Amino acid sequence: MARYAMAIDTKRCVGCSDCVAACQTENNVPIGFCRDWIVEEMHGQYPTLDLEIRSERCNHCADSPCVRSCPTGASHYADGGIVLVTPEECIGCKACIVSCPYDARYVHPEGYVDKCTFCIHRVKEGKDPACVSVCPTHAFIFGDLEDTNSEISKVLRTRKNKTLIPEAGTEPHIFYLI
Amino acid sequence: MKNKVKRREFIKILGAGTAGAAAGVSFVNAFPASKTDSAKLLQTNSENEITPTYCEVCFWKCAGWVHKKDGKAWKITGNETDLNSQGRFCPRGTGGIGMYTDPDRLKTPLIRVEKNGKQVFRKASWDEALDLVAERMKTIGEKWGPECVALFTHGSGGTYFKNLLRGYGSNNIAAPSYAQCRGPRAEAYLLTFGEGVGSPERTDIKNAKCLVLIGSHIGENMHNGQVQEFTEMVANGGTVITVDPRYSTAASKSKYWLPIKPATDLALLLAWINVIIEEELYDKKYVEQYTYGFEALKRAVKQNTPEWAYPLTTIKPHVIRQTAREMAKAAPSVIIHPGRHVTWYGDDTQRVRAGAILNALLGSWGRRGGFYAPAKAHVKKYPHPKYPKPKKNWKDAFPDQFPLANLALSSGICDATIPTPDKECSFKGWIVYGTNLPQTLPQPEKTLEAIQNLELLVAIDTMPAEITGWADVVLPECTYLERYDDLRISQGRQPSIALRMPAFEPKNDTKPAYWIAQKLAAKLGLEKYFPAKTIEEYLDYRLKSIGSSLEEMKKLGVKNLAPEQDLYFLDGEEYEFATPTGKIELYSTTLADSGFDPIPKFTRHEEPPDGFYRLLYGRAPMHTFGRTTNNPILNDLMDENQVWINPKVAKEWDIRNGEYLVLENQDGKKSNKVKAKVTERIRHDCVFMVHGFGHSRKQMRRNYLRGADDQKLISKVKLDPIMGGTGMRVNFVTFRKEAV
Amino acid sequence: MQELTITSGRMNPGIDPVLHAWGWEIPVYLFLGGLAAGLLFFSAYFYLKGKENTFVTAVKTAPMFVPVILGIGLGALFLDLSHKLYFWRLYTTIRLESPMSWGAWTLMFIFPLSVLWSATFLKDVFPSWECKIPFVARFIEWLKKKRTWMAYGLILFSAVLGMYTGILLSAFNARPFWNTSILGPLFLISGFSTGAAFILLMSKDEEERKMFSRIDMVLIVIELFLIVHLFMGFLASTQVHVEAAQLFLGGPYTAVFWTFVAGLGLVVPLLAEFMEFRGVHIPVKIPALLVLLGGLILRFIVVDAGQSSRWLYKFMQ
Repeated sequence: MARYAMAIDTKRCVGCSDCVAACQTENNVPIGFCRDWIVEEMHGQYPTLDLEIRSERCNHCADSPCVRSCPTGASHYADGGIVLVTPEECIGCKACIVSCPYDARYVHPEGYVDKCTFCIHRVKEGKDPACVSVCPTHAFIFGDLEDTNSEISKVLRTRKNKTLIPEAGTEPHIFYLI
Repeated sequence: MKNKVKRREFIKILGAGTAGAAAGVSFVNAFPASKTDSAKLLQTNSENEITPTYCEVCFWKCAGWVHKKDGKAWKITGNETDLNSQGRFCPRGTGGIGMYTDPDRLKTPLIRVEKNGKQVFRKASWDEALDLVAERMKTIGEKWGPECVALFTHGSGGTYFKNLLRGYGSNNIAAPSYAQCRGPRAEAYLLTFGEGVGSPERTDIKNAKCLVLIGSHIGENMHNGQVQEFTEMVANGGTVITVDPRYSTAASKSKYWLPIKPATDLALLLAWINVIIEEELYDKKYVEQYTYGFEALKRAVKQNTPEWAYPLTTIKPHVIRQTAREMAKAAPSVIIHPGRHVTWYGDDTQRVRAGAILNALLGSWGRRGGFYAPAKAHVKKYPHPKYPKPKKNWKDAFPDQFPLANLALSSGICDATIPTPDKECSFKGWIVYGTNLPQTLPQPEKTLEAIQNLELLVAIDTMPAEITGWADVVLPECTYLERYDDLRISQGRQPSIALRMPAFEPKNDTKPAYWIAQKLAAKLGLEKYFPAKTIEEYLDYRLKSIGSSLEEMKKLGVKNLAPEQDLYFLDGEEYEFATPTGKIELYSTTLADSGFDPIPKFTRHEEPPDGFYRLLYGRAPMHTFGRTTNNPILNDLMDENQVWINPKVAKEWDIRNGEYLVLENQDGKKSNKVKAKVTERIRHDCVFMVHGFGHSRKQMRRNYLRGADDQKLISKVKLDPIMGGTGMRVNFVTFRKEAV
Repeated sequence: MQELTITSGRMNPGIDPVLHAWGWEIPVYLFLGGLAAGLLFFSAYFYLKGKENTFVTAVKTAPMFVPVILGIGLGALFLDLSHKLYFWRLYTTIRLESPMSWGAWTLMFIFPLSVLWSATFLKDVFPSWECKIPFVARFIEWLKKKRTWMAYGLILFSAVLGMYTGILLSAFNARPFWNTSILGPLFLISGFSTGAAFILLMSKDEEERKMFSRIDMVLIVIELFLIVHLFMGFLASTQVHVEAAQLFLGGPYTAVFWTFVAGLGLVVPLLAEFMEFRGVHIPVKIPALLVLLGGLILRFIVVDAGQSSRWLYKFMQ
């Protein structure tokens, strides 16, 4: 079994938002909504400053509160630990939305809850998710953590990295190389 | 010359009865002659159909594929073989599909008419609109001469209108990308090395060990290939030195951020030159072999020590020395980036030249990790008759001014349209292709005054940009995704060509630029300048000259040709530079001959008065100026600009982060309301905003009155005496909270 | 100094700048659920205590309202669903980890049970009513014999329902203000307290009113204790929880919570009931109404405040 994850290099990312645009077109995300977004976190005082730019999205947590809180099983773990929502099973109760500490989900205009899918339709074809494949700065590494020789396994061994709010206890699977 | 034309009104909305003109407009094919050919491609129902294109959202022109799903527009991705993008588009290229889907696009030709005492646009047929343009062009040609028609252009389709205008008898063809952008750079490098930097820039960033950015915010300017090389270099541990009053994205990736006092960059550059020379850090062999005027330079910069520069720039002497040594350590794999938009303070050619001199001292021109020798594909032109020779050009309006300007100045043509006692008005007609002049040229009032003196203003655009509101005739062009265009032949490490073909039929009653220019030429009796019946025939002819064909390129999209020369100088290679001395001119003989400083000299610039702050402007990675701010996808990424204000300044003015403000400049010009971004990332003596927002036409529903237009606040310019560039960072603004 | 900015994306309606996934529907549903739980509990409890003829309102009359109350509550819940046509999916699976699923199934049992329970008292409440359908009449007669069993069932399910209204929220770690084990008991007690108040409002019997007034006082005291405990728990916890508590201790919810919920909804009725107990005559309807109103506002505030407390990007508010 694979365990998919994403490593995002904050040293490379320039925050251009191509990942956001590519997600929008690839997945036909309606205008006014987004499955991923860009955060700039700046520390320090002029002129000693430090800026971290992050592309953020659903963390495909191993212990996902959204999956737990879903009353119908619409939110579920698909192959490789990818957290998905089945629109035909979703009743739109929004329990998963309030359960997500990353606020990564939203109600699609058609009524069901939607979010990042790791572009599972592409992953199944052996391709990278859209955001990964378009990134002009090659800031993303997508791959299988179970495979110790995968690029992502290697980079997580060699580069300092972090996850967002690990204290929320959800075992997020988006890693930021810092 | 008396102005007989009734004063032109800015038409904000369509005339009564023409609203919703799009409905019921018959579908006209772009290239009737090739209908069967493209129809096959366009009407297949395959799941995921792709057609090649190169991007038109910015000048980088990355090549990619347009994907359709179930016959509908889906996405655009990069072409893996494309050297400009390495197969990866930037957000604007990815969002380019929004150019096609934007419901606010121009839909039909429009003609200015008077209705109940009010000027409005009337929907017109192409024949009507082009007849009107041809008729007025003929009148102007007969009465004042064809030279009195000027063309402003930006973008691929401009080629055909240039051809048309030359055939008509005028070579007054201007692009704001010269005098309002990179003109000083072109001239400075030409003066120094005998060659320009070109576009995409010939900077070998991916192999550089040290990169110096002066006001160049790579990463926020999303010049794709360059950004890719920049991040590659940063990831490989390269040293970046960023000189910017603002902690830009690039600054955040830099080993050194030098928050320089605005308008003093030349002092820093001279101090660096001083350190490099005094500490003998320059490439002696290279300087000896390739350069001219070293001793003169050494004498000239003798007093420009870091200690001299410190009070001017606020950069500490030891930092200046340290950074100079970093450059020398990396030499020759070091690039003092020439920048792109460099029309800042009026001494821009000199400032850019100082950077060029620094590059020469460090021996980076023609060296790996410095500047490589770019290659360009040689593709035969489609033969056409010789153009008539114009009797005068725009320069005649400015005797003895801007001697070294190699291209027409947009601002100059604009000035020469306004009649004054000492000069006769030269221009009676403007053809404006894809340039939104009121937002592109500084001093928008002047632009509008010039427009009032025109007999004919034709605007060709895809969007109802501000300029279209002033036009007599508006010609709606289809977007780049709905048309063929000339081949992309851009410079790079390897010669390459790319094809753009239509992925979709033109929406509404829009037409490709080629078709418009050809049709207009026919009406002017100039059809001989468009000898190819269709653009396919034209493209096929050109492609066959390099052993390819349109058929092949439709499948490939991009073709890279074999390199013809080395990228770098060979060791000790003899080389004749295209300068008067045949050497890299540290001392410019051309400048000396024209009466300018042959070696850059620091001049002080005016500083903001109390309570005012220098207005800096720049780019955001998801927008190309004002062209994209209404694109649904890109607008979704950023829908308004903000004004960056240092927290100390904000405190003084009691400005909260996120609060809306109005900016007012030294001449009392006010901006639209704009959100305050209170941030440590900017100095206290300046403010910054992204260019291209604050639009004033309701037809553009997404960007209408969103954010502020910096151009409105640029009511003052400092002209570069060498080449006529309009220095625009000489305006100062203050805050008006009550005006919101 | 820290500056956080979201430069693109994250404009999802209902999520940013402040989470607003749940509007009025959920607090109404939680309030009515708690109220129904309280009513059913008291009815079953006093039935088992053999007080069906002493506390007539509590045992017999109040349950008549329960199916209606639950019906409205379920209606509110249904209105909240954004993918309504798929609501039946709730009943194709049981997901023990999901309070939503739990609640759906609890209601699946308690709603018919409450109908049946109230059916057995129809004749007592409406003596002139006569069942026209012999089969139904026979069924009701049969049910009457099973009241004891039904009462045990009701006590169990009403406790579950009462707790559930709080646990639904406290299960969400993602909302620091909800993330406390106190919310379950608090909502349970508050639900029972509103139940007692509802009976107080309807009862015409002095004895019964006294009893429920006393019950209400005890419940209010427990509630106040739980509220104090709730805030002390938050303040002793992590930074996000401290921030969540501060929404009520100086933050935007301070005035409305302490005035309407703690003050008018708890302390004032407590004092009124206490004075009444001491013999000062105060119309019993006033404290009862205040308790009901306080219970409703409590749920609105808790649902709202929970959504305003988040882990990331609080600046957007």
